[in-house]
Formats: sequence, C-alpha cells, structure tokens
Amino acid sequence: MGMDRRRFIKIAGVSIMGLSLKPAVDLVDKLDASEVRVLHNPKALKGKRWAMIVDTRKCAQCKRCTAIEACHHFHNVPQIPDPKREIKWIWEDSFEHAFPELATRGEEQLSENIKKRPFILMCNHCEHPPCVRVCPTQATFQREDGIVMMDMHRCIGCRFCMAACPYGSRSFNWMDPRPYIKKENPEYPTRTKGVVEKCDFCAERIDQGLLPICVEACKSKALIFGDLGDPNSEVNRILKEHFTLRRKAELGTGPQVYYII
Amino acid sequence: MYDGGKIIAGLLIGLVLLTFPFWYNLGKAAKLPEPKLAPEAQKAKQCVESKEYMAAHHMQILNKWRDDVVRKRYRIYIGLNGKEFNMSLQNECMKCHTSKKEFCDQCHNFVDVKPYCWECHLEPKEAKEGK
Amino acid sequence: MFEKAFVGGKRYWGLVLFWSVFVVIGFLFYLWQLKVGLKLTGMSRDVSWGFYIANFTFLVGVAAGGVMVALPCYLHNYKKFARITVLGEFLAVAAVIMCLSFILVDLGRPMRVLNVLLHPTPHSVMFWDMVVLNVYLIINILIGWKALDCERNEIAPPKWVKFLAYFSIVWAPCIHIVTAFLYSGLPGREFWLTPLMAPKFLAGAFATGPAYLILFCLIIRKYTKFDPGKEAIQTLAKIVAYCTIITFCFFLFEVFTAVYSNIPGHLNHLKYLFFGLEGHAKLVPWMWAFFFSLFIAIVLLVIPSLRRDEGVLAIACLLVIFGCWIDKGLGLICGGFIPNAFDKVTEYWPTFPEFMISLGVWALGFLILTILYKVALSVKEQIGE
Repeated sequence: MGMDRRRFIKIAGVSIMGLSLKPAVDLVDKLDASEVRVLHNPKALKGKRWAMIVDTRKCAQCKRCTAIEACHHFHNVPQIPDPKREIKWIWEDSFEHAFPELATRGEEQLSENIKKRPFILMCNHCEHPPCVRVCPTQATFQREDGIVMMDMHRCIGCRFCMAACPYGSRSFNWMDPRPYIKKENPEYPTRTKGVVEKCDFCAERIDQGLLPICVEACKSKALIFGDLGDPNSEVNRILKEHFTLRRKAELGTGPQVYYII
Repeated sequence: MYDGGKIIAGLLIGLVLLTFPFWYNLGKAAKLPEPKLAPEAQKAKQCVESKEYMAAHHMQILNKWRDDVVRKRYRIYIGLNGKEFNMSLQNECMKCHTSKKEFCDQCHNFVDVKPYCWECHLEPKEAKEGK
Repeated sequence: MFEKAFVGGKRYWGLVLFWSVFVVIGFLFYLWQLKVGLKLTGMSRDVSWGFYIANFTFLVGVAAGGVMVALPCYLHNYKKFARITVLGEFLAVAAVIMCLSFILVDLGRPMRVLNVLLHPTPHSVMFWDMVVLNVYLIINILIGWKALDCERNEIAPPKWVKFLAYFSIVWAPCIHIVTAFLYSGLPGREFWLTPLMAPKFLAGAFATGPAYLILFCLIIRKYTKFDPGKEAIQTLAKIVAYCTIITFCFFLFEVFTAVYSNIPGHLNHLKYLFFGLEGHAKLVPWMWAFFFSLFIAIVLLVIPSLRRDEGVLAIACLLVIFGCWIDKGLGLICGGFIPNAFDKVTEYWPTFPEFMISLGVWALGFLILTILYKVALSVKEQIGE
C-alpha cells in the first residue's frame, strides 16, 4: 500500500506526540534514582487498632468542651457560621441525632438523663471504612494501625466519601477556609478550597509519640484513647467493664469510637 | 492557489499569535532571581542535600516527602553527612528559610510558577521579623 | 467528512450560535466557580451532591438508551433501524461528553482529576465508572464515524465496526449499571441501598434514550430531506411505552416495600420527597410532577390510536423525559441525602450560577449533537436515502 499525503501526516503527527512524552519519562527515571533515606520516628506510638472511648457520664458534667476547642484550634479548623458550609472534626450532638436508629422520631421513653447529655462525635475510624472503599484516588486510606487518613495532596474533591460515610463525619471545603480561621496554629497546615477533611485521630501526633490533642485537652478525662490490639490496654479493660454503644454498628463498618452510657 | 488571500491572511494571523509572547514581553527584561538565605539558613550551613541538588530537585524531594509522611509515616530524613531532618515544610524547611518572599518567591516568580503548597501550608509570619 | 459541519444553511448556523451562547455563558460562570469554590452552589455538608450529579445520572441513562436502536438492528436484524443507528450512536457521544463535563464541574479540585488515572483504584466504583464511560465514548465515536464514512462511500463497513457494535451493545447497559452501583452500595443511605437501583436505572434509560430519538427523528423529518421512517419511529414508541411502564412499576415496588414494612429509615426519604418532612417540602411539587407525567405518558403510549398520532407521541416523549429527569435527577439525589445521617433535614436547591453552569453543559452537549447530526444528515442526503 502506497503512502498518500493524508496517511503521512497522520503518522508524522502521532510520532511527534510520542516525542513529547520524553521529558516526562526522563523525570520519572530521575526520581527513581534519588536515594531513599527515610526513617520512622522512634518515639511513634505503635498500635494495631486505635480506638476511642467516650465516657458520656463525664461529658454530662461539662458546660464547655475543651477537647473540641483544642482540636479545632490545633488543626486550623475554620469556624464557619453557615451550618451548610460548616467544617468540623469533632463536635457534640444529642442522643437522638447521634443514635437515630435507637431513638427513632417521636419516641419519648428515653431517660431525661441521657436526653440531656452531650455526645461527642468524630470520625469512627471504621474497621471496614466505606469512605476508603469508594475513594477513586486513595486520597483517603486506612493505615496499618487502623487510622482512616486523609491525604489532602491527592483529594480531587469528588465527595463520594461524604456520600459513603454513614456518620456524617466528613466536611468539604466549599470555599477558602483561611478567612474563617481566627488564630492560625503555625505548626499545622490549613486546608484549601475543594478538598474533604475529617478527624484523623491526630495521626501526626501519634507518629511523634503523642496522644490525640482532644484526649490531652479533655478536662474531665472523658476521652480514653488506646490500642484494642493490645489485650492489656486500658481501652480493652474499660470495654470489658462497661456497657458501650457504637454508632450504627449494624452497618458492619466496625466503628472504633465507643460510648459509655 | 485557491483563496490565496484568505490563506495568506490566515497564516499571518497565526504567525502573530504564535509569536505573541515574544513581542508582548519585548523590552521587559525580567530581573534575575536573587534568593536570599536567611541568617538561620546561613548558620545551619547545610541543607538536606547539596545546594545544587536542592536548586534543581527541591520540588521532587517535597513531592516525595509528602507521600512519605502522610502515607508511609516516615518523619525523619537522613540528609548529607548523616544529619537527621524532620520531614516538614512548615516545621523544618521554613525554620531555616524563614522568608518565603526573599527565598521561595524569588525564583518562582522569575519562572512564573505558582506552587499551591501555600494554599494549605502556612508561611512564616513576615511582619514580625520586620519589627 | 467533517467538512460537512462547516457548510450549512441559516438554520444550522443559527442553532450552532444559539448553543454556543449558552456554552460561553456557562463557561464564564464555571470560571467564577473555579475561583471561589463550590460555595457558589446550593450544596452543603448534608447534601454534598446536587444538580450536577443529578444531571450526570440522568444523562448516563440517555447515553445507554442509544443502544435501543443498535440492539434490534444488529442482534435481531431489524432493518428499519439500520438507517438510524448512527443517530443513536451520536446521541450517546453527546450524552457521554455531557456526563464527563458534569463530573468535571462537580469536582472540588478539577486540576487533579488525572489522579484517578495516576492512582487507579479498582475497589472504587467511581474509578470503574470513569473507565466504562470513556470506553463507551470512544467506541461510539469509532462506530458512528466509520459506519457513516462507509455509508458515504457506499461500501460495507469493515469487520471491526461490526465487532465493536456488538461490543457496545453489551457495554451500554454496563455504563448505567456501574452508575447505579455508585449509589446502591453505600451503607447508611437507605434510599439508595436497593438492588432495584440498577434495573430501575436501565428501564428509565431505555425509555428516555429512545424518547429523545423519537423527538429528534420527528424534527429531522420536518427540516431535512432525510426520512427516518414512520415504522422505525413507531417501533421506538413501543420500546418507550414498555420501558416507561417498567420504570413506573419499579417505582411503585419501592413505595410498597417502604410503606408496607413501615421502617422509618426507608419511609422517611419517600415521605420527604412526596409529602415533606418537618415542614420541609421543596421537592413535593416536583415529585408529583414526575408521578403524573409518567402516568399520563403511559396512558398516551399504551393506547395504539394515540401512539400512532405523532403529535401525541411527541408530547408523551417529552413527558417521559421530564419525568425521568426529575426521578433520576434531583429526586434520587435529594431523596438519598434527606434526611441525613443524623435524621435531620437540610434542604437543597440549585443556585443561579449552578443552574447556568448546568445549562452550559447541556448546551455543549446539544452543540456537539447538532454538529454530529448535521454531518450524518448531510451524508444521508447526499447518498439520497
């Protein structure tokens, strides 16, 4: 088959397009060649399955939650007045909203005591997290120690994880959050418009040997953090001694935040 | 040639558009970048890698660090001469390179790149230093 | 062949200009959204998907529905459709481009969209949706274009075209099944958590796709020398009739399960949609409009004498499209998110910029469709069909 002009131009075009790939290939080669010299922080806390216990009896005594304040200040979480645009990592709500399937609409039989209690809500760091399952870029992923982590560098803002999360734990940056941060913590980044964020059990503190900031900041010691993978841990002991609830455990997500009633 | 006038006019317009960046910037010689090392950086003498390597590849290092830290939990980088560094833009890099304006922006503005690192990562407060 | 898109009468250029105006306006609004973020939209922490994803879901159906001309033609050798398969393929092309655009405008950080390819994630349905939609787009461009080219040269299409055509018949339902799986596999969203999602999507798709084609055929016959054929249109009408009935039945089945079981988690979403919840009732008139438009469309479509009247048929098709657009659009999205995970009601309604961006995407699709149909019809007129 002879080559006509049309065919020649087609082939030439494709060849030139191929050439344009070369710089990209070179770059990848160079990256691979760079030396790998990285270490974990030796002080990092080691765990198999981090979990949080919330003692709601103690929460009932508090008027102001220092844990929420500390978390939101530390992580540069903006204070946006419009509830539709709100961003929150940890917050409080009533029993009927925290456990809607246990307190279905219109039921009044709950003890007054429980009705009045604040329930501290956050990401449940599920054992089988639906958000991780649906994320198309692995921007949200599960670490070996069970923490469900957000990689803000990679999130494309599709919000599939928000649809998948049964706990309403995720917030989206509908706009630039910086104007809504009163006092920036220079040690921690902010987020930018267009990414999803949530509580990450203070993964970066754990990796440096520190407890989550909320646990540290809670004045009434209502938040207990520990490793369920360690049979002798405090959290395992407390769970054996108390009746606890988990939010929507029937969905099989394996939430790792336990509420002592 | 059919439609010769139209073709030549089209070619001319194409040529003008193609060379637009050149004559648009004519006579506006950009100032060569002068990244200034802050006193903290001068005192430290040594960055995580050699000066030349950092100038050419800091973006790749940062790109790798962010995955290493967020996804693989590595926090420590062993730099030249075995010195250990905390892999953190905000809490390590900017502790020496204390001025984004005098350091980062110099070259970034020259080559007209706008890395969006700073949309999230906070730069050191410059105002304080001025006083 | 593409040169045929550059020669046309006043009507053609008028139409191109008309769509282009909306594309440009929509794009300007999109630039604004790109600058300030998705706060321009009515979406919220509780209703985190909205009008964009609603239109996306509906349009995947339209794209898949195009197969209802290819299937009888290729699998059952139904010759009456052979003349119009290219209309179905080009409709699919335009619809898929609209789908992809709606996904793009919905993203918080669209510049990073290629992360989906850079970090392929087989356990994410979104990843598979991207794969099936793009493949479907490419095969429809290839089949439609090559088949039309062969028609112009009055030669038989090469073997690979036929192979791809069979392939696309299998692929078309897949794009809508995968889109249904986006929703139906999420724990804690009871309204979506139903295996009926995929079949209902498909039934709706096979009603709306042919409904669009009927409308286009009627318009084409009026304004060009190409006649798609009365019988082809009537066969499409029967397909629309059956599929609309099935869609409606599936909807009633869902209502039965929710109402008879009386489980609040299931019932509350439907209650919100059709009667309002806690005084919030923005979607109530729309959902009843969906209900009655499908109901009336079914009446018009099942009575043969009415269906044969092409004026009535056109109205029925419009009703089907409108009804399914509500049901698969805002009804589906808002129904799923309201009430939210805390059993609270946060309502949603698209804002003006959101509406204009959506309009821009629709106009882009119709612009592409106009150009593709122009090329196809010029070829058909030229060979004197």
